[in-house]
Amino acid sequence: MAEIVAAAFTSHVPAIGVALDTGHDRDDYWAPVFAGYEKAKAWIGEVKPDVVICVYNDHATQFDLRLIPTFALGCAAEFQPADEGWGARPVPMVKGHPELAWHMAQSLILDEFDMTIVNDMEVDHGLTVPLSLMFGKVDAWPCPVIPLAVNVVQYPPPTGNRCFNLGKAIRKAVESFPKDLKVVILGTGGMSHQLQAQRAGLINRDFDNRFLDLLETDPVAATRITHTEFLRESGSEGIELVMWLAAPAALAAAVETVHRFYHVPASNTAVGHLILENARATAAE
Amino acid sequence: MTVEPDYKDIPGTYVFDAEQSRKGYGLNQFCMSLRQAANRDAFRADEAGYLKRFGMTPEQEQSILTRDWNRMLELGGNIYFTAKLAATDGITFQDLAAKMTGVDRDTYRAMMLAGGRPIEGNRSKKEWEGR
Repeated sequence: MAEIVAAAFTSHVPAIGVALDTGHDRDDYWAPVFAGYEKAKAWIGEVKPDVVICVYNDHATQFDLRLIPTFALGCAAEFQPADEGWGARPVPMVKGHPELAWHMAQSLILDEFDMTIVNDMEVDHGLTVPLSLMFGKVDAWPCPVIPLAVNVVQYPPPTGNRCFNLGKAIRKAVESFPKDLKVVILGTGGMSHQLQAQRAGLINRDFDNRFLDLLETDPVAATRITHTEFLRESGSEGIELVMWLAAPAALAAAVETVHRFYHVPASNTAVGHLILENARATAAE
Repeated sequence: MTVEPDYKDIPGTYVFDAEQSRKGYGLNQFCMSLRQAANRDAFRADEAGYLKRFGMTPEQEQSILTRDWNRMLELGGNIYFTAKLAATDGITFQDLAAKMTGVDRDTYRAMMLAGGRPIEGNRSKKEWEGR
């Protein structure tokens, strides 16, 4: 059977992609950010997942106001990196895994999560920046990626609790897939940031670090954070953190922390990063 | 009577809820059109004329023509959409943020390097009274 063995969480700041693509990743400003991801690259090189499921959001790239799916699952064979107004990122085409993605879609819908199935979709920095941070600069992504786009642009996004329960259903879906596949799930977006209006630039270190603590020790407690609390405490765009709550639910009950990193600032945003693995005792059962 | 959502108390913030989205549909779809180079050229050639295609109110058109970024948000714009207008003008996301907060880019950048805008004093409209 297929199994989700680990989860990685990361911010997806577009300026990180620009810094990497234009060779500024060793500048004084960016070097501390990229240093925080050295561990991730070494780790995922050892884990060698067969598939990555990436929970992310689109930023008015593929989806504008004509169509706003709350959960959209990419079932296509490939996903083109999008031109977001400053040229497409020079990153490889994202190859999907249609067989597993369609299996997930069927399983999730029968499990009462009304997914939108997407067969033609461009992916923006919300997906490609996390891939770059996890895999570095590569000629081809080392494994297929299943994009799971969550609406966090139009209020209200799904609740953290809904995302958490979706994560549980994703675990069930993956484990019922008949082929042996090692899967890593990514939770992306956040951490605290506000990009708009007079309060732009808000950063809340305490909130972010408490959130990371909860992911490690008690993710269910994090599902009780209300939308207004996210908006107020982590900034109007910090509400992207609801997307982080699917991944811990897709893991085993006992997890071990592989790596944790936090840095301010990257452009307008706090950068957070965490890797959790199923605890070895559990994995051996 | 209608109860105001509790997030309306957050200062300096426009939550892109149903009310804002309904109001801002044309404005945001205008911004979306700027993803295509041909549309950017058409907009630059005749800004006021191009805006007529999107069924906006005169106030919304005016906020775009004068690049009044906060007014666009107030009138239903969403930041991920208005950022496309900023990109058309060659303004980065960080410089756009600086403009919306009313400081120059160096001041804003220095604030971010020093840890960002603190949460203390920025949670509630009450805390902004008399500023």
